[in-house]
Amino acid sequence: MIRSRTPRLAARAFAFLGAAFGAALIGGSSPRAQPLVADLSRHLIAIGSGFTGTEVLLYGAIEGEGDVVVVVRGPEERVVVRRKERIAGIWVNRKSVVFDRVPAFFAIAASRPLDRVAPAPLRELHHLGIETLDFVVAAALPPDDVKTFREALLRNRVRDGFYAAKPGKVGFVGSRLFRTRILFPANVPTGTYSAQVFLIRDGEVISAESTPLFISKIGFQADVNFLAHNQPAVYGLIAIAIALMAGWGAAAAFRKA
Amino acid sequence: MQIYLPIAEMSANVFLLLGMGGVIGFLSGIFGVGGGFLMTPLLIFIGVPPAVSVATAADQIVASSASGVYAHWRRGNVDFKMGSVLLAGGFVGSSFGVWLFSILRDLGQIDLIISLSYVLFLGIIGTLMLMESLRAMLRQRRRGPRPRRKLHQHYWIHGLPFKMRFRRSKLYISALMPISLGLVVGVIVGIMGVGGGFIMVPAMIYLLGMPTSVVIGTSLFQIIFITANVTFLQAVNNQTVDVVLAVLLMIGGAVGAQFGTRVGAKLRGEQLRGLLALLVLAVCIKLLVDLVGVPADLFSVQRVLNS
Repeated sequence: MIRSRTPRLAARAFAFLGAAFGAALIGGSSPRAQPLVADLSRHLIAIGSGFTGTEVLLYGAIEGEGDVVVVVRGPEERVVVRRKERIAGIWVNRKSVVFDRVPAFFAIAASRPLDRVAPAPLRELHHLGIETLDFVVAAALPPDDVKTFREALLRNRVRDGFYAAKPGKVGFVGSRLFRTRILFPANVPTGTYSAQVFLIRDGEVISAESTPLFISKIGFQADVNFLAHNQPAVYGLIAIAIALMAGWGAAAAFRKA
Repeated sequence: MQIYLPIAEMSANVFLLLGMGGVIGFLSGIFGVGGGFLMTPLLIFIGVPPAVSVATAADQIVASSASGVYAHWRRGNVDFKMGSVLLAGGFVGSSFGVWLFSILRDLGQIDLIISLSYVLFLGIIGTLMLMESLRAMLRQRRRGPRPRRKLHQHYWIHGLPFKMRFRRSKLYISALMPISLGLVVGVIVGIMGVGGGFIMVPAMIYLLGMPTSVVIGTSLFQIIFITANVTFLQAVNNQTVDVVLAVLLMIGGAVGAQFGTRVGAKLRGEQLRGLLALLVLAVCIKLLVDLVGVPADLFSVQRVLNS
């Protein structure tokens, strides 16, 4: 389903790219030309019953020289990181640190290696790269502890495919048009995402743009989820009724057969 | 073919889930057990969050026990009075179990408690069953006379008050016995995502002294209601029941159980119990190894709800 849609999306994206390129050519000499335009191939990722992860194309055009860096962030959440310790031979969760404002998803792509595109202070300022994410720690703790727990959180998120360990590639078509693909795993958290695009020249941000991206469950999956969270008692009773009918029905049916 | 599970929030292979339901249904058919003790660890093993595994397995057990009780009910092998008294304790126990489950989850200790409970109960039950079936096999080889069970055995339990007559079970015992048994097993059902038959059945035989013919039917009868209670409470308190997952497991389980019952009818009782004991011990050892072995990552991350 997704596969068959991709060429169409790509075609649409290219049509847009063509238009953007045309506009860039025409508007090239105009003083009001935008240094950066960018958009996503779609702004809604629908999680239906066949969802196994997907990718979104981010494309755009720049005016003049420069590098493009793309950052996609998921909704922020609160997480607790726990460390196991061995007690009487068994591994038990002991120490824990609560982090606030942790993005549920983080991906980054750049047209050249990040350290060559942006100096450390700039990367720090705009959170370019997972190592620059500054989560809020809920309680006062020794900095060494916070550091190990922070690293563990990043490692965990990278392993689950929610954070990109290495920046992806922003590809250029000619000197103005750029595009990159953002991959979302099957278990991607739902919510409002943002795709930020930076145009960086000589270590400075010339222009930046941000577009929203919505990820939500649709159809039957969304109905099930909605009922489970908004009418949990009704949902529970339905679950029991299904089980009783299925069990009793199967026994009666197989007895006759 | 992949399917997205709306509550577990993950994508899984339909045939894997149907197959899992089928294999466990087959084993439950052979051995006459619910199979929850296999289902929950297997679900966790394929990546379903433990909280969702426990709650969804409870829903699936409602179906498998409703299906299992059918044949026993037709043969009149259900002691409804005993079942109801067990249920009185079971409702309280399982509600407490689900409450405890939520608390332990917030403390980050639920995975540990689930694993520890499994190791403890499966270890004890598996060892006892294995010993019992080995003894039975040896006894048969020697062709010795079977020691006959006395019709009336009296110990301190029979001195307890609130005596009740259970005609179908041919018992006149204190109602406190089945109530407290139901209570204890209920807590286990709430925490472990099992039907509890593997504890209930031996306890009914050895503790209550019920005749073996009515034990399985009565156990299944009360399991339907206890696991229904757990399903409901998990759905209301934790929103962790995944119906899509449960239905797939039910379909596989219903088919598997039919074949299992036929195979089970051809095997001898002691062999059957010996095999089941080995299966139970295998799961127990696997979980124990995971508890003792050094984890791949000492750190774990959990989302905090309602932040």
